[in-house]
Amino acid sequence: MNEETANSKDMQAMAEPMIEIIDMHKWFGDFHVLRGIDLTIHKKERIVICGPSGSGKSTLIRCINRLEEHQRGQIIVDGIELTNNIKNIEKIRAEVGMVFQHFNLFPHLTIVDNLALGPIWARKVPKKEAEETAMYYLEKVHIAEQAKKYPGQLSGGQQQRVAIARSLCMSPKIMLFDEPTSALDPEMIKEVLDAMIELAREGMTMIVVSHEMGFAKSVAHRVLFMDFGQIVEGNTPEEFFENPQHDRTKLFLSQILH
Amino acid sequence: MEAYVQETLAEELKPPVTSMGVTGWVRANLFKGWFNSLLTILTLYLLWQVVPPIIRWAFIDSVWNTTGAVCRDADGACWSVIAKNFRFIFFGFYPYDEQWRPLIAMLILFGLLFYSRDRNHWTKYLGYSWIAGLVVMGFLMKGGLFGLSSVESTKWGGLPLTLLLSIFGLTAAYPLGVVLALGRQSRMPAIKLLCVVYIELIRGVPLISLLFMGSIIFPLFLPEGITINKILRAQVAIILFTAAYIAEVVRGGLQGMSRGQYEAAESIGLNYILTMRLVILPQALKIVIPPTVSILISAFKDTSLVVIIALFDLLKTSQTVLSNPEWLGFSREAYIFVAILYFLGCFSMANYSRKLEKELSTEN
Repeated sequence: MNEETANSKDMQAMAEPMIEIIDMHKWFGDFHVLRGIDLTIHKKERIVICGPSGSGKSTLIRCINRLEEHQRGQIIVDGIELTNNIKNIEKIRAEVGMVFQHFNLFPHLTIVDNLALGPIWARKVPKKEAEETAMYYLEKVHIAEQAKKYPGQLSGGQQQRVAIARSLCMSPKIMLFDEPTSALDPEMIKEVLDAMIELAREGMTMIVVSHEMGFAKSVAHRVLFMDFGQIVEGNTPEEFFENPQHDRTKLFLSQILH
Repeated sequence: MEAYVQETLAEELKPPVTSMGVTGWVRANLFKGWFNSLLTILTLYLLWQVVPPIIRWAFIDSVWNTTGAVCRDADGACWSVIAKNFRFIFFGFYPYDEQWRPLIAMLILFGLLFYSRDRNHWTKYLGYSWIAGLVVMGFLMKGGLFGLSSVESTKWGGLPLTLLLSIFGLTAAYPLGVVLALGRQSRMPAIKLLCVVYIELIRGVPLISLLFMGSIIFPLFLPEGITINKILRAQVAIILFTAAYIAEVVRGGLQGMSRGQYEAAESIGLNYILTMRLVILPQALKIVIPPTVSILISAFKDTSLVVIIALFDLLKTSQTVLSNPEWLGFSREAYIFVAILYFLGCFSMANYSRKLEKELSTEN
C-alpha cells in the first residue's frame, strides 16, 4: 500500500517526458522486428516490458541507446533526437546506462577497473576520483570487498551487480535492463533484483525487459506487453496482471504464471 | 515411501595416491604391460647407441682451438673452426679494429631486451631508454662523428645484421599487422578492400620473391641517382611480409570476441578507438599470443633468407668461413654452432611468451 502511494506521488512529479518514441520501425534485413512503436516514458518512470522471445522487446531498448539503429520514425531522449549524428549518439549514451543479460564485464580488468574505465576515458575524470566513485557504487551494491578481483572469479549474481554499478558510475539519467536475471542461477536472482529495487527507490528512470513478475508488481509504474514487434498492451501492474485485456496477453500470462 | 535424509556431513579425504615412490612411478609409466616394457627397452637401446658417440665426438675427441691442419687429424669435432673465426662469424666484414663498436651495440641491445622482460618496467622511461639506446647503437654501427670512423652499412654483417633485421622487423610488423587486421574488419569498404588485397597479395608470394623484388626490381623504378640502402630494402620486405601473417592471426583473435564486449564498451561511452585500445585488443591479442609468437619465431629464422640478396647475416658469414681452404669440410660444426644461436633466440621468445601468458591470465 505504501509502495503504491509513493508510486502515485512519483507519477505526479513525472510531467516531463524523458524518452519519446514516435512511430518507430526497425528491420533486420527483410524481417520487420519493430512495427510502429509509439511510447512516451516520463522522468522517474519505471517500466517493465515483457513478451515472448522474438517479440522485439530487447531490440526496442537497444534502439534507445543506439546499439541498434532504427530505420523509420523518431526516438528523442531527454530532448536529443537519435540520428546518425555521432555527437548526439555520444550525448545520449552518456545519459543512458545499460545492463545486459550476460553482464558483459571486461574479463581482463579488475572489478574496480571495470567501473572506472568509462569515467576515466570517456569523461576524463582523474583516475583517483574515478576509483573513489567506483568504490562508492560497489558499496552500494554490497560488493566492495571484491574490488580487486577479476570478473571470472565472481558468481553470476555478483557479476550482474558489478555491471549495474558500472553503469551507475557514468551517472546516467536512464537505466536500461535487458533481461538482467535470465542468465542467472535461481538463488542469485534476488540479490540482483534487490539492487534494482534500491535503484528504483532513488527515483531512477528505468526500462526493464524482464519476466520477473514479482519485480514488476512491486516496482513498475507500467507494464508493457510486446508481441510481433508491437506494444500490444500497457497498463499498471495491478490491472495488467489481474485484468489483462488482449487475448495474446492472456495467453502469455497463462504460459508464464503456470 | 520413506524419505531419504543424510544426517552426517561427509568427511573430507585426501585424494588417493596412485603410485609409491620412484619404483612405483617407473613401474606405472615405463613397464606397464609387455608392450610398454618392450618400447622402454628399445628406446634405452637406441639411446645407448646414439648418445655416447655424439658425446665422444662433440666433447671427448674434439679439438677446440687449433689450426685447420690439426683438426684434420682429430677424430672428434673441430670446434676450432668457430674459435678461430668467431669474430668473422659474428661481425662479418666490419673493419677488424672497429669490431668493439658492434659488440657494445649488441650488449646495449641485450641489456635493454633483458630489462624489458619485466612488465613492471614498461613505463615511458623505458620507451625513452629504447630510443636513446637505438640512437647510440646506430651511431656506434655507422660512426662518422666524434672521431669514430665511418663504416658503410654494406660492411655490416653477422649477428648484428641478423638482430637488426629481426628485432626491427618484428617490432614494426606487429603494430602494422594489428592495424591491417582492424582494417580488414572495417565497415568502410575501401579500407577493407585495401587491407584484404594487401594481405592476400603478400601471403600469396614467398618471402624470397619479396626480397628479390625489393633488391632488384624496386631500384629500377627509382629515379636515376637515388639509391635506397640495401639493408633497409630487405628490412621493409621482411616487415611487409610478416605483418600480413600477423594480421590474419590477430583477425582470428578479433573474431573470437563476443559482440557483448563491443556493446558494453559503447554503452559506457567509449568511442571506436578507445573500445579497441582498452577493451577489444587487450583481450584479442592475449588470446593469440601462441600463434603470434610462432609467426615471430619463423620470421626470425626467415631473416636468414637475406643471403640471396647478398647480405652477410649470421648464416652467410658462417658459410663464408667454410669456403676458406683451411676450414673446408667443417660445415657440421659451423652449422651446429649457428643452429645453437638460432635456437637460443627462438627458445627465449617461446619462453617469454609463456611467461607473458601466465602473467596476463585472469582466470582463477
